[in-house]
Amino acid sequence: MSLWVDKHRPKDLLKLDYHKDQAIRLKSLVQQSDFPHLLVYGPSGAGKKTRIMCLLRELYGSGAERLRQETMHFTTPSNKKIEIMTVSSNYHIEVNPTDVGIYDRVVIMDLVKNVAQTHQIDSSGQREFKVVILNEVDDLTKDAQHALRRTMEKYVATCRLILLANSISRVIPAIRSRCLTIRVPAPTEDEICSVLHTVCKKEGLSLPPELATRIAKISDRNLRRALLMCEACKVQQYPFKPDQKVPEPDWQLFIKETASMILSEQSPKKLSEVRQKLYELIIHGVPPDMIFAGLLKELVRNCDMAMKCQVASHAAMFEHRMRLGNKAIFHLEAFVAKFMAIYKKFVEESLGDAF
Amino acid sequence: MQAFLKTGKISATEKAGPSGLKTTKKKPPAPWVEKYRPKTINDIVDQGEVVQVLRECLSGSDLPHLLFYGPPGTGKTSAILAAARQLFGDISRDRVLELNASDERGIQVIRDKVKAFAQLTVSSTKPDGKSCPSYKLVILDEADSMTNAAQAALRRTMERETRTTRFCLICNYVSRIIPPITSRCSKFRFKPLAKENVIKRLREVCDCEGVDVGNGEILHQAVDTCDGDLRRALTALQCCQRLLGKITAEGLIEVTGIVPDKLVNEFLAIKNYSELEVFVEKFLMDAYSASQLLEQLSSTVVSSGHLTNKQKCEISEKLAICSHRLLEGGAEVMQLTDLGCTIIMANSNP
Repeated sequence: MSLWVDKHRPKDLLKLDYHKDQAIRLKSLVQQSDFPHLLVYGPSGAGKKTRIMCLLRELYGSGAERLRQETMHFTTPSNKKIEIMTVSSNYHIEVNPTDVGIYDRVVIMDLVKNVAQTHQIDSSGQREFKVVILNEVDDLTKDAQHALRRTMEKYVATCRLILLANSISRVIPAIRSRCLTIRVPAPTEDEICSVLHTVCKKEGLSLPPELATRIAKISDRNLRRALLMCEACKVQQYPFKPDQKVPEPDWQLFIKETASMILSEQSPKKLSEVRQKLYELIIHGVPPDMIFAGLLKELVRNCDMAMKCQVASHAAMFEHRMRLGNKAIFHLEAFVAKFMAIYKKFVEESLGDAF
Repeated sequence: MQAFLKTGKISATEKAGPSGLKTTKKKPPAPWVEKYRPKTINDIVDQGEVVQVLRECLSGSDLPHLLFYGPPGTGKTSAILAAARQLFGDISRDRVLELNASDERGIQVIRDKVKAFAQLTVSSTKPDGKSCPSYKLVILDEADSMTNAAQAALRRTMERETRTTRFCLICNYVSRIIPPITSRCSKFRFKPLAKENVIKRLREVCDCEGVDVGNGEILHQAVDTCDGDLRRALTALQCCQRLLGKITAEGLIEVTGIVPDKLVNEFLAIKNYSELEVFVEKFLMDAYSASQLLEQLSSTVVSSGHLTNKQKCEISEKLAICSHRLLEGGAEVMQLTDLGCTIIMANSNP
């Protein structure tokens, strides 16, 4: 039995639940039998991948859904062997180049060349091109992005690239200007509610509207998360109750706990306790930038405006440094220490005023 | 992999894409930018002086080393490519070496490849007996992304091989080219294109493509959203045409990824922190780009009437810092929050 997320994933562009205008446009784009390189961007859980798979189905028929996994091997110029997982069908290949870290450039050059250099002998009755899907383009190194730029122009005859990104801020303008950019905004809470209702109806369950709204609210406009939560609720307790507890992701709770620890006492001893917590978060694979955002959100709750401003500007600074460096814990800890210092000073001053 | 490389059958009808301009072999529909790239230097929009110099070179006089600089989309690469095509005709493959930022261009390449190419002597006749200039052309596109070491390695090569080779460097920022190189070249600034000329050109292309643009109001808008960058305007128009089947104002905004002015003003008018949090979250959920917002914000702030100079100064300074951090990979939510805080503070004490 598969998860609801996969089971009820729409397979046809016209059956998508929201952004219908866009779906119609995409369909007409594909019906012209050719399309430019695409750059699809939007927050996670907005349905980027779903749209792409629908597009491929529209393009190549159901053959595009027969997927298989393969491991490909590459050798870097410095003779280091790397391997990467790919998911492919007869018509497309999907890869996540950031898996290999700084060697992503090699993967892009070799893979795209490999795919693109094979011309079709007889192009009648066939698409003239294959599709290469690259995930998380915004996390590619600058080198890899520049490599992409030349490759895109050179092999336009035999392959089309579909690039997926969370935001285009980090995609270089040269790539942006070579692609047709498609923005996929996250679904609104109402849209999530209606999807939840549809899915539950298909599953033969009855979902109280209050619960649906609550799940939609907690899910941060992330449809995938909403569906997973809904399924978790069902496992927890069925029939649903309107006031049922919705399981929140436990790392969010953990961050909240850490934040309240920081607020409760500001001392070196506490700092080392907080460090343990942070380590635990990192070990469990929570991305450091999410820890940062979560901490900031919790910590500024009871500060006055001037202090909020100060804290935010330090958070931005340390987060930036974290990107440049490679040990997240230093910068997280530095931020916590800085916050403690600011907060303590603030508390002491306000106490001093009181006397 | 083998199975992947096999072709897929599809029962759809024969592809009916528009064929290239002059090809007999079927080609994929080219981007308009490539398709309508100027073929001769007379087709170049604006840029009088450069065209004048290039024209004289064509009529026989000597070509100096060239350094083209100017904002993107003003025709720098087009100018030199068109000139090369006219100078060398069908032997341009042997006579022109074009390197851009996507090629390897470290000091090693300059030393080996460029130097070896520059040292070859060439005759002053074509294989078919016609005369042609007795020099080769090295085009270094996007030269401002070359390292200083690589540029330094060029200096002597440029002088020693003048007899057989001319260099043409193309860049956006002339300040990133080391002075010894600039002093060896004749510099040409490519001005941003005049609005009327861009519109005229866009209209020509649209006519050729059979695209209906109405009374031209839409073209005005295309030019405005693209700040006189002809390439961007053309790409935007083509994307819009592809996606929507017609060209509309909303479509243009959508394909260029521009943040609607309403949101920019909203961001500038934020009063307190909770508003800011809500705004940032909504902004990112709608998948707008933070760097684009910063860009538009910068021009809005500078030209805004109701901000005092002090406010403008504070906001702009933070804007620069945040934009720098974003470029280096900082998280959007953090940088926007930081900038938002500065704006709130600036708004509260003018």
